[in-house]
Amino acid sequence: MLRYLLSRVMYSLALLVGVLFIVFILLHLTGDPVSLMVSRQASPEEIDSLRQELGFNRPILVQFADFVKGAVQGDFGNSFRYRVPALELVLKRIPATVELATAALIMAILMGVTMGILGGSNPNTIFDSIARGLGLLGQTIPTFWLGLIMILVFALNLGWFPTYGRETFQLFGLHLPDKSIILPAFTLSLFTTGQLTRFTRSAVMEVMNEDYVTTARSKGLHKMRIYLKYILKNAAIPLVSIIGVQFSYLLSGSIYVETIFAWPGLGNLLAEAVGTRDFFLVQATAFFTSFVVIGLHLLTDFVYVLVDPRIRYK
Amino acid sequence: MEENTSNEKATGLIVDEQADRSIAAKLVYVARLLWRDKAGLIGLVMFLLVVFAAAFSPWITPHNPMQQDIQASKQAPAWAEGGSTEYLLGTDSLGRDVLSRIIYGSRVSITVGFLGVMMAFTLGMMIGLISGYKGGRTDNIIMTLVNMVLSLPYLVFVVFVAAILGNSLLNVILIFGLTDIPIFVRVTRGEVLRLREEGFIEAAQSIGQKTPRIIFKHIMPNLLGPLITLATFEMSAMIFYEAGLGFLGLSVPPSIPSWGNMLAMGRQYLTVYPWMSVYPGLAIVFTGFGMNLFGDWLRDAMDPRMRQKKK
Amino acid sequence: MSSILSVKNLTTRFNTFDGTVYAVNGVDFELQPGETLAVVGESGSGKSVSVLSLLGLLPAESAEVKGTAHFQTKDTQTDLLAISKEKLNKIRGKHISIVFQDALRSLNPVLTVGEQISESLMTHMGYNKRQAYTRAVELLENVGISYPEKRFYSYPHQFSGGMRQRAMIAIAIACEPEILVADEPTTALDVTIQTQIVELTRRLQREMGMTVIWITHDLGVVAGIADRVIVMYAGMPIELAKVDDLYENAQHPYTEGLLGAIPELGETGQNRLISIGGAPPDLFEAPKHCQFAWRCPYVFERCWKEIPPNYQVEEGHYTKCFYDMSAQQARDEE
Repeated sequence: MLRYLLSRVMYSLALLVGVLFIVFILLHLTGDPVSLMVSRQASPEEIDSLRQELGFNRPILVQFADFVKGAVQGDFGNSFRYRVPALELVLKRIPATVELATAALIMAILMGVTMGILGGSNPNTIFDSIARGLGLLGQTIPTFWLGLIMILVFALNLGWFPTYGRETFQLFGLHLPDKSIILPAFTLSLFTTGQLTRFTRSAVMEVMNEDYVTTARSKGLHKMRIYLKYILKNAAIPLVSIIGVQFSYLLSGSIYVETIFAWPGLGNLLAEAVGTRDFFLVQATAFFTSFVVIGLHLLTDFVYVLVDPRIRYK
Repeated sequence: MEENTSNEKATGLIVDEQADRSIAAKLVYVARLLWRDKAGLIGLVMFLLVVFAAAFSPWITPHNPMQQDIQASKQAPAWAEGGSTEYLLGTDSLGRDVLSRIIYGSRVSITVGFLGVMMAFTLGMMIGLISGYKGGRTDNIIMTLVNMVLSLPYLVFVVFVAAILGNSLLNVILIFGLTDIPIFVRVTRGEVLRLREEGFIEAAQSIGQKTPRIIFKHIMPNLLGPLITLATFEMSAMIFYEAGLGFLGLSVPPSIPSWGNMLAMGRQYLTVYPWMSVYPGLAIVFTGFGMNLFGDWLRDAMDPRMRQKKK
Repeated sequence: MSSILSVKNLTTRFNTFDGTVYAVNGVDFELQPGETLAVVGESGSGKSVSVLSLLGLLPAESAEVKGTAHFQTKDTQTDLLAISKEKLNKIRGKHISIVFQDALRSLNPVLTVGEQISESLMTHMGYNKRQAYTRAVELLENVGISYPEKRFYSYPHQFSGGMRQRAMIAIAIACEPEILVADEPTTALDVTIQTQIVELTRRLQREMGMTVIWITHDLGVVAGIADRVIVMYAGMPIELAKVDDLYENAQHPYTEGLLGAIPELGETGQNRLISIGGAPPDLFEAPKHCQFAWRCPYVFERCWKEIPPNYQVEEGHYTKCFYDMSAQQARDEE
């Protein structure tokens, strides 16, 4: 078990290095990063001096070494627009995104896994149809459009929720989001709900066809026991991995949701930075979003160990 | 002596009850399956409708999608107050017909989806074949890379690259075509490994067949099913992602009608002129719905266990 | 002596998208208390499906089971195919148990081996956790698993193949069932372990007075363990005999073929194994004539017209064949 966990940690670190590399190389994709950052009116002299100022005239390997050195120390350069270190801006935004993603994940698990279990264990019934419908819905409604519709219906027409922004209330000195998180979290969650429903449903169906379930029935065990200890307990194993994968989608989807709902998180920051061609900020945001995702994956690996005895013991 | 029709089957190997049927019989079988699960049929029809709209846009649009008419701008759909049957779904802020733009938008979506998937499919399948067939170190390296790429937040990097490369149809196709390769690699490799486990490859090698023949005769036919199913879903996903990029202003240039662009523009007017955003979005939903229904049917049809249901 | 299980006219059909599969077509037998009955046949002969049908273990949506199966315990007699699911559940695992073939796939990977024994004890015998633990450890020891107190907490994947099979047996005998069904329990094991498992089963049978149904395709195993044998082909029992009678006086051409196909240790490699040409019918039609006709070396006109009824060859020996093997000619009936 320890060997497995250690290998996962090494893997995550290697991945982080890879991301660092990708984030660096993307900026140099067109060969001249400076041209990306300047306005069209800039004169060749201005471009040249900027290039020197930012160190883009040095050999690429040197630039990369510097980049890594800086990254390790937390220096990702300064945001063009805000004139402060990119890292600072990014770190301030992380909590809001984590809040949103967590809320969305909880919603998705509650709705998706429940419907998936109900559907998978009662094939060809109304539950199954609802589960399949939910799976389809999650897959076919684009997040960005859903957000707009949610605002249109629930915020503008019904007035139940604010149309945008993150409002908080105070609890034990913490600023926790109030109902303003509901619409964005729900919007973000729908895709994941669909995925979890589908996956849970098929996992349950597959497990129900396994030989050990036949054995359980041949032993005359109570239906409930078979259900909990044979079917669900086994279906939970791949489910943990899938939930881990969903973090990627949730962090990605937050780009749309935070933009639409003006939620002050990483996704919003990325969209903004891209829009203002603030590429150092783009780099930093891309890196940190990946960092959060990789960290969450690692967390999932740890949970996986707890859940599957085949990994736990050799 | 009385002969029975199942005589022939009794003296041969019963490997696959479909194997000895002709092409025509196989097609009839597929049609039967499609009819039984009408959802799949509906999905296919919906998808074909969109392809039709994309192919025949110039002939079916009521207006020129680029034509601006400030007089008629911000007009509501035909059934609402202030609307007219001339602009069935209303107009956008520059007076362009929403319906026509939606129809033309399907061209971008279908093109990006189709070409992107073709690219990812071909390249991904080739790499997957190499990885699965060769095995060993090559396989390890490729799969580690694939898994790493797949675990990263996709959209974040797509947005990054799109921002760097700039707005163009070609860029979008390239981005999606290349970034979708890993999933095709993984599925292809999975199939190759499965075939290997079932002994097909070893058996063919033992009777002296050469690698290219093994790949074409034994492996490819088995790949087609899962890969085509995957391609259906990936194409749908690409259409969605293209629209998403358009929503962020990173897809095709704003003058070209695309569903994502329309959403981006319509967003600012959401409170007053919602139709500019709602209908393009519905087009995306329609396309995705159809493709997913069809993809689901395709996936079930490939699964032998599904055929055990009561008639 | 009245039979402990009396099965009459058992038929099982599967409704699939591709058509109806007639998996079992009229199985009858009377299981005598304390005996070991072997059910022999190749894959697809319906031997496993028959037993699974009796215990209601087939998928409900596609399987149709008909017939009667009277199970006699002490003073009550129940028709297994007619009772409710709840009542059947009280019989399964307690009065009739099954040991399956592939222990790795038949055991729950997320529960300890001990737990899988205890749950039977707690469900059917009302034991509490501690009592169940003690009894489970006893059982593990009885089936020949060393360090049973520790092994109780092991997971199936931590056992070797032979140990897993023993564990499956321990689970099956936990509540001291009257009937033990072994569904090809040794097929996946190598020969030395096979012998051990067979010996173990015989000993347990003696100790506990169980009646055993042993399903297999291996005639070698049958010789070592069975009192009587049923040979199944295409979902029908085509010969039933005491084990010695079967080996010495096989009446059905299929049985003859099976016996000829057994390789014997000590034989020089000159003789080819006689295999039966062709393959079994694919069961998509209800049988209207003898299903072995395509492959039978003695086939004649009548075989294609009707299904042979049961003919008695000698005391306790029956066969469904129009050809009289002893007389080497077609049966001529009064």
